[in-house]
Amino acid sequence: MAALESPQPAATATAMRHAFGNVLSVLILVLIGVLAFSIRLFSVIKYESVIHEFDPYFNYRVTQFLSKNGIYEFWNWFDDRTWYPLGRVIGGTVYPGLTLTAGTIWWVLNSLNIPLSVETVCVFTAPVFSAFASWATYLLTKEVKGSGAGLAAAVLLAMVPSYISRSVAGSYDNEAVAIFALIFTFYLYIKTLNTGSLFYATLNALAYFYMVCSWGGYTFIINLIPMHVLLCIVTGRYSPRLYIAYAPLVVLGTLLAALVPVVGFNAVLTSEHFASFLVFIIIHVVALVYYIKGILTPKMFKVAVTLVVSIGMVVCFIVVAILVALVASSPTGGWSGRSLSLLDPTYASKYIPIIASVSEHQPPTWPSYFMDINVLAFLVPAGIIACFSPLSDSSSFVVLYIVMSVYFSGVMVRLMLVLAPAACIMSGIALSQAFDVFTGSIKYQLGGSSKSTDDAEDTSNAPKDDASAGKTDKGEEIVKERSSKKGKKKEREPADKPSVKSKAKKKALVLPLETSVVALLLLIMLGAFYVIHCVWAAAEAYSAPSIVLTSQSRDGLHVFDDFRESYAWLSHNTDVDDKVASWWDYGYQTTAMANRTVIVDNNTWNNTHIATVGTAMSSPEKAAWEIFNSLDVKYVLVVFGGLIGYPSDDINKFLWMVRIGGGVFPHIKEADYLRDGQYRIDSEATPTMLNCLMYKLSYYRFVETDGKAYDRVRRTEIGKKHFKLTHFEEVFTSHHWMVRIYKLKPAKNRIRGRAKKLKSKTTSSGWSSKSAKKNPWV
Amino acid sequence: MVKSTTKDAQDLFHSLRSTYVATPTNLKIIDLYVCFAVFTALIQVAYMALVGSFPFNSFLSGVLSCIGTAVLAVCLRIQVNKENKEFKDLAPERAFADFVLCNLVLHLVIINFLG
Repeated sequence: MAALESPQPAATATAMRHAFGNVLSVLILVLIGVLAFSIRLFSVIKYESVIHEFDPYFNYRVTQFLSKNGIYEFWNWFDDRTWYPLGRVIGGTVYPGLTLTAGTIWWVLNSLNIPLSVETVCVFTAPVFSAFASWATYLLTKEVKGSGAGLAAAVLLAMVPSYISRSVAGSYDNEAVAIFALIFTFYLYIKTLNTGSLFYATLNALAYFYMVCSWGGYTFIINLIPMHVLLCIVTGRYSPRLYIAYAPLVVLGTLLAALVPVVGFNAVLTSEHFASFLVFIIIHVVALVYYIKGILTPKMFKVAVTLVVSIGMVVCFIVVAILVALVASSPTGGWSGRSLSLLDPTYASKYIPIIASVSEHQPPTWPSYFMDINVLAFLVPAGIIACFSPLSDSSSFVVLYIVMSVYFSGVMVRLMLVLAPAACIMSGIALSQAFDVFTGSIKYQLGGSSKSTDDAEDTSNAPKDDASAGKTDKGEEIVKERSSKKGKKKEREPADKPSVKSKAKKKALVLPLETSVVALLLLIMLGAFYVIHCVWAAAEAYSAPSIVLTSQSRDGLHVFDDFRESYAWLSHNTDVDDKVASWWDYGYQTTAMANRTVIVDNNTWNNTHIATVGTAMSSPEKAAWEIFNSLDVKYVLVVFGGLIGYPSDDINKFLWMVRIGGGVFPHIKEADYLRDGQYRIDSEATPTMLNCLMYKLSYYRFVETDGKAYDRVRRTEIGKKHFKLTHFEEVFTSHHWMVRIYKLKPAKNRIRGRAKKLKSKTTSSGWSSKSAKKNPWV
Repeated sequence: MVKSTTKDAQDLFHSLRSTYVATPTNLKIIDLYVCFAVFTALIQVAYMALVGSFPFNSFLSGVLSCIGTAVLAVCLRIQVNKENKEFKDLAPERAFADFVLCNLVLHLVIINFLG
């Protein structure tokens, strides 16, 4: 250690301090893990341990299959109970990471004779992995700035509302494990970059493999890391460690990505991965240049450069021309639809209405930034500046990470989730540096003398002269950062870093005592506001399972359990092989809870099939019956919120049915349903609207509820109140009329009376939406 | 002009050659291994151009295994090279052990992907 007067006691004192600090860090990390786990349990306490929303039900069903039938069956599973009559190859179209993780946990627990059900494991997977994610954030930020910043970042991530929204207990979706995999992969990359060890490079590739298994957002990693490598090269920070960090990752990572069936050969064929290959080539060129520069004299090097540049330019030009031609020959330039809609935010609304219709794919509003990352929005810029104060490879990486994630979060609100870890890291760095300055100032002011030449207060780690000074400084930095944890432990023995000799060149940055104290208190209050907001957001905003709804009124709490009621009815009162048609939102829940075959579900991989269902919902009764009959449908399920005011019902989604249906079947024209540019269901509605299947199935017998047929969502009385259904019969309406199930009436055995006249009547009368064209379904 | 360029080229070639001869033997062995791996990859690409790319996964795994082991050998060379100041306290045995581990993982994946 440093040159001390009495080496023995002081050295043990420092060692003791280090040990104490380490133990304290571990304790704090355990507490952070517990915090991250428990803040996500609100929905279990307020409702019950149930799987939320729509997508998690599919993942739950897949996990059930996996736990029942084993991994070989899962890998080869062809699901015939969805997308009837097409079916879906589950093994090849699902990201297996989440289900395999939960399945493994369930299997391990069961083999240890802890009999947790699959549902319990699925519900609690997300909170457990969020605890892991906070620990990964600690590791990552520790690599960038030190353990103080690491702890601050970890506690911020444990509570950040944006991450909570996708990982509450019950939200069993890909992001639950994917965010942990993302942060962990970045941590291993930075670790490799800092140490240059091939061992960490291997681990990095394996962590990347886990990320590819878990989420389609892995393309973010495989584009961000090459961007960072390019940035390092361009800013002159090329080093052999960069090569070791990047090159094995590309090769091993591409191979591992190609192993996952859902990615397959896309790992080498699609544009999402081209950046990594391009930078792979570039880094080899740069490495070669540096090597040759190292072994040649400067004069010869100049000669080499002129020679090579002239030949190389020609070759490069040819290769680039070929590449551009190849890429331009594909209509989307090689990018997939989803990636294109990220790069060009207007792409989806012009070309792919399905992507545009998902509410998670809309751009976020300004208030949602404050809601989702709260106080961090202010701390991030401070963190960015702190990252520049010594700019290292790792801090340039986090700066790039936050810039890219801010851009992508601005395109799609779902990607706020990728912004959250970056914001936490930056804010952790900022908080830690701020605490450094303030506590150092206080210590200096209280410590009085000029003995400790307070490079401690110096927020920038100024370059050290000699190695020993460097080591002492590091020890001091660590002690300082540990002592700056949330302002506690101020009573750390003052810097007896005596003779800390030729320290920083910069003069001390010391603030007056009162300022520091007040500033510390304000920072702590800021933290308190953050905590209050996060707990509120977790409890009130993000814990709704959306399969059960509640509302407070004068006479107490109302619980609307209509969804599960109707799925239970379906599973008990219909045959196992009956097909149920509904809008694609409810497909996963229907297959998982009601165990019936559906026509379309949330995977939305087949636009034409969805357009068929949309057309059927927008057509008059007879045409719709024809369409559904051709698909062997027995029951039609419709969600209706007009009685209780539930706004996400099928009438509000109707515009998408018309748009998607009209995109494939030109006889559905959106203008037929609009009055003055609006969808209306009251007396001003167009006749096409009043005759379409969705209107009829939603409002059949609605007038019997209150005599006036007042729709609480659209806030108006409906247009056509008394009508009968000719081709469908109502079989079930749930308690609050939220779900209505209809059965297709079987075709008539004989047509009464004059058959010829009836036939000509149907063809000529034709509802306005149906032209005289022959029905394509017959 | 052309004459001076050719003379420059020859000078360059000579100086490159002389410096390279001076590198230690173990590094030259690694370089030879890298060249061999890249050469094998090129042969595979030429073969693919001749007979078509089916089955694509076999082609991909073959080429990527060659390129992968070449890259790992270059990493090993970087870590073992005495002139690299950054790695002077890394034991060459540790570097080789890491190299073997990474190759193990690589070839495990290759064998799985070979199909």
